[in-house]
Amino acid sequence: MSLRTGWRKIVNVVMLSLTGVCALFTVSALFFILGYLVYYGGKSLNWAFFVNLPAPVGEAGGGMANAIVGSGKLLLLASLLGVPIGFLGGVYLAEFGGRTFCFIVRYITDLLNGAPSIVMGIFAYTIIVIPMRHFSAFAGGMALGVMMIPIAVRTTEESLRAVPLVLREGALALGASKWKTVATVVVPAAIRGIVTGIMLTLARVAGETAPLLFTAFSNRFWSQGWNQPIASLPVMIYTYGLSAYDDWHRQAWAAGLVLLALVLAANIGARFVVSRGISFRRV
Amino acid sequence: MVMKTSEESRPTERAAGIATPWPADIKMRAAGLDFYYGGKQALHTINLQVPTGRITALIGPSGCGKTTFLRILNRMYETVPHARPKGEVLLDGEDIFSLDVVGLRRRVGMVFQKPNPFPKSIFDNIAYGLRINGIRGKGTLADAVEKSLRRAALWEEVKDQLHKSAYAISGGQQQRLCIARALAVEPEVLLLDEPCSALDPIATAKIEELLFNLKDICTMVIVTHNMQQAARAADYTGFFLMGRLIEFNKTAVIFKTPARKETEDYITGRFG
Amino acid sequence: MVDRARLSGRARQFMQKLRHGDEVAHLITLLAAASIIVVTVMLVYQLFINCALPRHKFGFEFFLGRTWDPVSGDFGALPFIYGTLVSSALALLLAVPLGVGAAIFLSELAPPRISNYLTFVIELLAAVPSVIYGVLGIFVLVPVLRTVVMPFLKHTLGFLPFFKGPIYGVSMLAGGVVLAIMIVPFIISVSREVLLAVPVEQREAALAVGATKWESTWQVVVPFARVGIMASVFLALARALGETMAVTMVIGNDPKINASLFAPAYSIAAVIANEFTEATGDLYLQALIELGLVLFLVTIVINGLARLVIIATTQKGATQG
Repeated sequence: MSLRTGWRKIVNVVMLSLTGVCALFTVSALFFILGYLVYYGGKSLNWAFFVNLPAPVGEAGGGMANAIVGSGKLLLLASLLGVPIGFLGGVYLAEFGGRTFCFIVRYITDLLNGAPSIVMGIFAYTIIVIPMRHFSAFAGGMALGVMMIPIAVRTTEESLRAVPLVLREGALALGASKWKTVATVVVPAAIRGIVTGIMLTLARVAGETAPLLFTAFSNRFWSQGWNQPIASLPVMIYTYGLSAYDDWHRQAWAAGLVLLALVLAANIGARFVVSRGISFRRV
Repeated sequence: MVMKTSEESRPTERAAGIATPWPADIKMRAAGLDFYYGGKQALHTINLQVPTGRITALIGPSGCGKTTFLRILNRMYETVPHARPKGEVLLDGEDIFSLDVVGLRRRVGMVFQKPNPFPKSIFDNIAYGLRINGIRGKGTLADAVEKSLRRAALWEEVKDQLHKSAYAISGGQQQRLCIARALAVEPEVLLLDEPCSALDPIATAKIEELLFNLKDICTMVIVTHNMQQAARAADYTGFFLMGRLIEFNKTAVIFKTPARKETEDYITGRFG
Repeated sequence: MVDRARLSGRARQFMQKLRHGDEVAHLITLLAAASIIVVTVMLVYQLFINCALPRHKFGFEFFLGRTWDPVSGDFGALPFIYGTLVSSALALLLAVPLGVGAAIFLSELAPPRISNYLTFVIELLAAVPSVIYGVLGIFVLVPVLRTVVMPFLKHTLGFLPFFKGPIYGVSMLAGGVVLAIMIVPFIISVSREVLLAVPVEQREAALAVGATKWESTWQVVVPFARVGIMASVFLALARALGETMAVTMVIGNDPKINASLFAPAYSIAAVIANEFTEATGDLYLQALIELGLVLFLVTIVINGLARLVIIATTQKGATQG
């Protein structure tokens, strides 16, 4: 074995090992994040966290009940905007659309998807906060809703396209009109993928902070209705994390754990559902 | 719904001034039919009459246009963009291109090459056609489902598992399920596109037998690659080649004394 | 013969479709799809008209001004553009080798099941909310940088202008590192798919002439997938440019331009996040909105280019994107 070959073999082993190190490093980053939050967040997670309102500075025993509910309300509003447009838009692209218009819609949807989330916040600010002269759950919900649209459209379209042509033809041949075929055969067959897509996009916007900073803003108390500033988990994590108080830091960890657990659960759950195959099992 | 063995015949809409009564023994007729995919012509001047209450087989080598022709009869070509027929196709004297396509497809049903049951239960598969037509009564549906399954020779095998998924039964059974599903809406014509090509000989035999028994209630047109099947099952046979109908006659004639050389070459296996 | 009848047949078919509800369904879904375009257009429009004041006052000078002084009403965007670009560039510098390396491992070395499992875990990283990266950045990353990494860099490479100056912890470097970790999953995910799509024959051809596995990978497979990997880098860049929360929590939020990576900096997204609710006066607010518009346009352009690249290469069949 010549010197050169020996050298090449060493390089081979070293470089390949390095790639393994890279992969290991990246994977361990996730476990580190998870472990850190489980440790520090777990310690601070108690009943008070889920049930109490934020306490005045310096007082112990505060919680994030209003933020948890607030996040829920914001997601509800976001879904009202994002799910119908996303679903119906996806149906259009998969079933009804013509080539050029579909291309334009898809391209623009992708562009919207890549827009920085803070820009969505500015958008909602100009449309809702300025005319109404105050922050509100509406504004926050709108910002998040617009963010939901592109992913919902994409996953709906892909799930529908995955339904085989022969299934559609079977329905058409029985004398079903086009929309009935779509509604009674194609969508039920694709429903798994569609629902997981919506779950994933909800998980994504649930963790967004930037669009809420000047739309929903925040609230240390319960927000009545939909027209007031409203607290949310991500914004609380941000505020508490940046603060100077240990008690607030601890609550930030707890909130971070809750948020991360929900987001990961949605993602892992979605993967499970889809990995059972885009199977055409009994619907 | 009883099939119209029209004593009352319908004039064609295109007869130049003379009302020609529509003969009762013809169910569908293609006259001067051309067909184009975009700029390419796939069918040339097809003139063919489908006899009522009989099984008509369409044979020919791959790509000869027989499936294309079949799919014109229930206007399934409309799912393909740039597909255009020219010429005349009549069902009981009515121009099918003017009819409401949804109504047409209820009268002219189709069974596909590979079984394509919906991801629903056996019962819901068969009830589908009825439900979209607004028939909802539980008892009515149950009776109709049983009737269709009996006609498709599947009832005994699945009567206890009607609510199981349609994917839980074998391929041959699924194809009979698809036949039952098509029969549930009581079509006048049933189109079958190589229905046995994905099935084993036993399943094939079962289907051929049930098709024979269906002659009383509907007219059938079956595209097949399998010449023995055509010889066994069909009353009439049409031979397609390169987008043209070369010959059409009683099956016995086609197979024993074909009039055209191309037909004879195909039958004897010189090509295709 | 029949064509003449078919013309009125089109109208008849339309009426039939109408009766069956197909046209209504078509219309409803069309409206939904069109509304996406409308929303996007409105977005750009709102951004544009709501920054009229600074546009008229500063014009193009806005992008060159180095001072951001709300008190005197002097708004220059350069520090933020600098901060955004440098932090993103730094992030790419760190994330691309890491990401491509990991992608190579996952596509060439790891057995399929392990590869799938690890890729799944890595893709979960992309789902972690930004604010969580931010909090971990403050409490873990910044102290580590401040006490270990930066002194080390200063000691060894302090002669370079990048590693001079006082060490605060919060800095351009911290911003870059956090961004790097956040964008690595995107690079890995896309690059791995692209690498997996390289035909087996390519690898085998190299191995058959006696190349080592590394040589075959680095000199044949990776170049074959080069374009797709570049597209993934573009996408990761677009993501880094727009990233807000994690960056603003660790970058120091100081609108100054400094060669040193140890110095605090400011990004476009960060200044909007921090100062939007405190902005007094229309000019101030609209200056922030103009920054938002700039950020939006830049990310659109980069995303658009990346998509075009992916579309082009997918059609060529060279890579799978």
